[in-house]
Amino acid sequence: MAFSAIFEMAGSEARITLEGELDASVADQFRQTVEHAAQDKPQKLILFMDKLQFMASAGLRVLVFAKQRMGRDVAIYVIGATGPVLNTMQMSGFHQAVYLQESYP
Amino acid sequence: MDTRIDFYPTHQHQGYKLRPGRPVPFGATLVPGGVNFAICSRYATSCTLVLFEKGAATPLVEIPFPEVFRIGNTWCMVVFDLDYERIEYGYRMEGPWDPGVGHRFDSTKILLDPYAKSIGGRDVWGKPPDWNDPYPHRARLIFEDFDWEDDRPLETPLADLVIYELHTRSFTQHASASVKHPGTYAGLMAKIPYLKELGVNCVELMPIFEFDEFENSRPNPVTGETMYNYWGYSTVGFFAPKAGYAATGPLGMQVDEFKNLVKELHRNGIEIILDVVFNHTAEGNEHGPTLSFRGIDNQTYYMLTPEGYYFNFSGCGNTLNCNNPIVRMMVLDCLRYWAAEYHIDGFRFDLAAILGRDPWGAPMPNPPLLESLAFDPILAKCKLIAEAWDAGGLYQVGSFPAYGRWAEWNGKYRDDIRRFLKGDEGMVPALAQRLQGSPDLYGWNRRGPTASINFITCHDGFTLYDQFAYSQKHNEANGEQNRDGGDDNHSWNCGVEGETDDLEVNVLRQRMIKNALAILLMSHGVPMILMGDEVGRTQRGNNNTYCHDNDLNWFDWSLLERHTDLFHFARQMIAFRKTHSLLRAREHFGLSSTQADFIWHGVHAWNADWSPGSRTLAFLLRERQAGQGGNTNPVLYMALNAYWDALPFQLPELPVNYHWHLFANTALTSPQDIYEPGHEVPLEPYQGSFLVGGRAVVILVGRP
Repeated sequence: MAFSAIFEMAGSEARITLEGELDASVADQFRQTVEHAAQDKPQKLILFMDKLQFMASAGLRVLVFAKQRMGRDVAIYVIGATGPVLNTMQMSGFHQAVYLQESYP
Repeated sequence: MDTRIDFYPTHQHQGYKLRPGRPVPFGATLVPGGVNFAICSRYATSCTLVLFEKGAATPLVEIPFPEVFRIGNTWCMVVFDLDYERIEYGYRMEGPWDPGVGHRFDSTKILLDPYAKSIGGRDVWGKPPDWNDPYPHRARLIFEDFDWEDDRPLETPLADLVIYELHTRSFTQHASASVKHPGTYAGLMAKIPYLKELGVNCVELMPIFEFDEFENSRPNPVTGETMYNYWGYSTVGFFAPKAGYAATGPLGMQVDEFKNLVKELHRNGIEIILDVVFNHTAEGNEHGPTLSFRGIDNQTYYMLTPEGYYFNFSGCGNTLNCNNPIVRMMVLDCLRYWAAEYHIDGFRFDLAAILGRDPWGAPMPNPPLLESLAFDPILAKCKLIAEAWDAGGLYQVGSFPAYGRWAEWNGKYRDDIRRFLKGDEGMVPALAQRLQGSPDLYGWNRRGPTASINFITCHDGFTLYDQFAYSQKHNEANGEQNRDGGDDNHSWNCGVEGETDDLEVNVLRQRMIKNALAILLMSHGVPMILMGDEVGRTQRGNNNTYCHDNDLNWFDWSLLERHTDLFHFARQMIAFRKTHSLLRAREHFGLSSTQADFIWHGVHAWNADWSPGSRTLAFLLRERQAGQGGNTNPVLYMALNAYWDALPFQLPELPVNYHWHLFANTALTSPQDIYEPGHEVPLEPYQGSFLVGGRAVVILVGRP
């Protein structure tokens, strides 16, 4: 399934909806989306991952980048991550750096 | 990576953009727009970078280093626009093939970078490899962007450590472990609550540098089961965590997973020490594979005989030439990397006596490698622990060149305590030394008790349960007709060899295990417990399980239910040690009023029996001023009876207003065998003696 990362601002929240498979070939596309979001200086970054099927280490690298790019004051929420995507975050410890939630209002 | 306008390509090769690289750091380093590759060889005449698409059988491209890219003996080159996630790299080296003088260059081989930080090829433990792969262990690139938050090495004082030696796969591979990712770093992380409950504050991991479990793998002649290089004491890459131990190994994320484990251990107050094997490599002798060092610079990396053969001080075919300046630099770079990038708290050096040999094998009085490690500013707070002997006969327990920094696995502690426990005569004087942190070994040069890593069992040899269940080794499963493994186990089967239904024998075995744990945790020095000894783990009498990927090595977690009493005993003993600073002395012999002071007793108070026939000893451990001038700190008393009958031990007099309280009595069964620290049971007033059971120990606390 083709990867897509769709960004929108909702008030002070940057929302990115991820779909498909996030591997090395598309990681830069995700990275640019995060860069784009960071320019609006959001207070929260909400990553919707319920339709993300797979995340390779390259995808995780972008999440780490997002955390560093946004700064400590910007809370990152990962919404709806399941299966291998959730596993990848848990085993690499990234789940501790974000708020994992099943849904987001 | 950000692009920089002053960092541009100057050369090209088959469309790949290049420029001269930087000679340091060695290895592959991400730089703006590309990757800096740097590798050195004293005797190579040329070098070629070989790039693969991840997992591909044939190279993507081979890029010879232009001669102008060589600085001294170092080839360095930046290659631009590489897909970091998808490439693997190696080298070909041209140079002389002249084994008689130590040169074994072979440009048909693709060689692993000694500084590779991530290595593919054995991504899933035990998955049979492609034996025809021209490049079986493949260097990969990594990002060093792990989010450590505020983590850093814990710097727990050595005297306060309780070390737990474990094998990463064995700890959680058994089905009874009930973890989501058995046998992995993630699995170990899931068991951190258990380690906390037990009370240990340091784990020592058997080798986790990348190794090949298939090295010398073979079918078991009896069972047909594959026997592996299971323990991993044979390094392929010193800078890379073992991918097959990572649940994320197939994703190439072992670096993140291992760092996460370290961070979680630290978050729970547990240090991590790595067992590192710098004495030899996985390349074996002249009949072994050429994976890396042999083809890069054989004469530099290995100790060679005058005829060009491999010295074998390791017992594993070759010996790393650690006091060659290039190798020394690699070892130092490696440990600095693990300390700085992985926040590792310390290192235990396998067969460390080898590290003090010169390139011709002779022991040096002032080995530069050991000195460098001792005084290195990045390793300054890391624990450095030597296994102070080697397979070439060099035994340096008590005399290892320490520079005020090195501690040692105290093999004499192990042997003396084992012999006292089994009832050998003439062991009481040695026992007294070991209880005090071995001042006979470490007092002469003021190294203190923390120079002594006290252990009764470790991965080599019997488990603690087997120590009292087998008088002989039973290594038939290793396929060598029981010839392998040591014969000097000082073990005793308590009357029946192996498993038995005899209740009396089993009760005695449990008591002997408790005796051992009690002595270990009451001794000055740093205690180390072998994985599973706290629940009676057995290897069924096998004292050399290096090759078994099965329940001979795996931790059977159902033992925790079957031996709840043992676990409870071990947990309370650890808690007792943590409660009483008297047990965690920093120096031998208390000269100041607040330091621990041993006062020896025996069956008769103030009259220890040091004679050859003695099997009893008791001691009082106290601050010199305890009970005087407002000092109300407790005093501790331990009576050790290795005699087979119960003996009354006359108790020494306590300071005024102090009373005896019973903390542990191994002659009793659970729950009367031990109490929670602070909740010890008071003895009868004026009780002047204590009947200590045969082959039992008693621990009392004297306090107001």
